[in-house]
Amino acid sequence: MARVVVDVMLKPEILDPQGQAVQRALPRLGFQGISDVRQGKRFELEVDGPVDDAALARIHELAETFLANTVIEDFVVKVEEPAVEAK
Amino acid sequence: MTARIGVVTFPGTLDDRDTQRAVRVAGAEAVPLWHRDKDLKQVDAVVLPGGFSYGDYLRAGAISRFSPVMESVIEQAKAGMPVLGICNGFQVLTETHLLPGAMLRNNHLHFICRDQKLRVETNSTAWTADYEAGQEISIPLKNIDGRYVADERTLDLLEAEGRVAFRYLDVNPNGSLRDIAGITNEAGNVVGLMPHPEHAVEPLVGTGRTDGLGFFTSILKNLVGAR
Repeated sequence: MARVVVDVMLKPEILDPQGQAVQRALPRLGFQGISDVRQGKRFELEVDGPVDDAALARIHELAETFLANTVIEDFVVKVEEPAVEAK
Repeated sequence: MTARIGVVTFPGTLDDRDTQRAVRVAGAEAVPLWHRDKDLKQVDAVVLPGGFSYGDYLRAGAISRFSPVMESVIEQAKAGMPVLGICNGFQVLTETHLLPGAMLRNNHLHFICRDQKLRVETNSTAWTADYEAGQEISIPLKNIDGRYVADERTLDLLEAEGRVAFRYLDVNPNGSLRDIAGITNEAGNVVGLMPHPEHAVEPLVGTGRTDGLGFFTSILKNLVGAR
C-alpha cells in the first residue's frame, strides 16, 4: 500500500483571511520574523495496489474535480516514499 | 393547476421548510425533494435552500454537488429549468459550475446574521421578473462563507452581460468582489444569491417586510405564463 499526498492551496491572488489571522497572532506568541502565512489543506490517500501512471492520472482527476476547486485553488499530487520500518 | 416547485433537502439543510412555506405563500405547490433521489417528481423549477449541507466539509457545497439529486438538477438546469440557489444553494451552484466564481470565508472571519439592503440589478431572470431593475430590497443575510470571488475576466464578463443580479448596498458584509450578492447564468434560468428571500415573505416575521416574496411570485408567473 502506498500513500499519495494531495496539497491544496488557495491561489496566490485569492485573499486568505484565515492565514492572515494566524500570521497576526504570531508576535503575540513570541514568534518573530514571519511575514506571511497561507493556510491550505493536505489530503493523505492510501492507495491499494501499485501507484503507477494510471493510478496517478485517476488521483489527479480526483484532485481536480473534487479535492480542489480550481476556480480558487491550486493543487499538487505527490507520492510519499514509504517510511523505513522501525526495528 | 399551479406550478410545482421542488425544494431540495440535503443532510444539513436548514431552510427547506421556510422555502417550502415561501413557495406556498406565493401560491405555488411546494414539492420536497430528497438528496439521494434522482427523481425530480416532475417539478417545474427547483430551489436549493440554505444551510450547511454535508457539514460544509471540504468546501461549502462541494459534496452536495455529487449527490444523486444534483445530477438531475444539473441536467435539467442546462435544459432551461429554473433553479434558484439561496446561500448554501448558491455555494452548490458555484461548485457545480452552473454559475461562475466561488464562495469563500467572509473576509472578517465572523458569522453574520442581519437584515441586508440589496439592489436588484436585473429583472430579466426567471426569479426576479416581479422586481424593477434597480429596486432596493431588504432581506436577511446569515452566513460565514459569503465572500464571492471570481477572476477579473469573469467579473468583467458578468458586468458586461448584465449578469450581476444583486449587489450589496450601504455596506459590503463579507468582502465579496464588486459588492456582488448574487448572479445569474447567461439564460437567466439559474440564479444564486447569499441573502435569504424565503425569510422575508410575511410581515409577521423576519424583516417585517415582504421584500423576498417577489422571487417566488416571479417564478410562478414565469411558469404559469409559459403554459
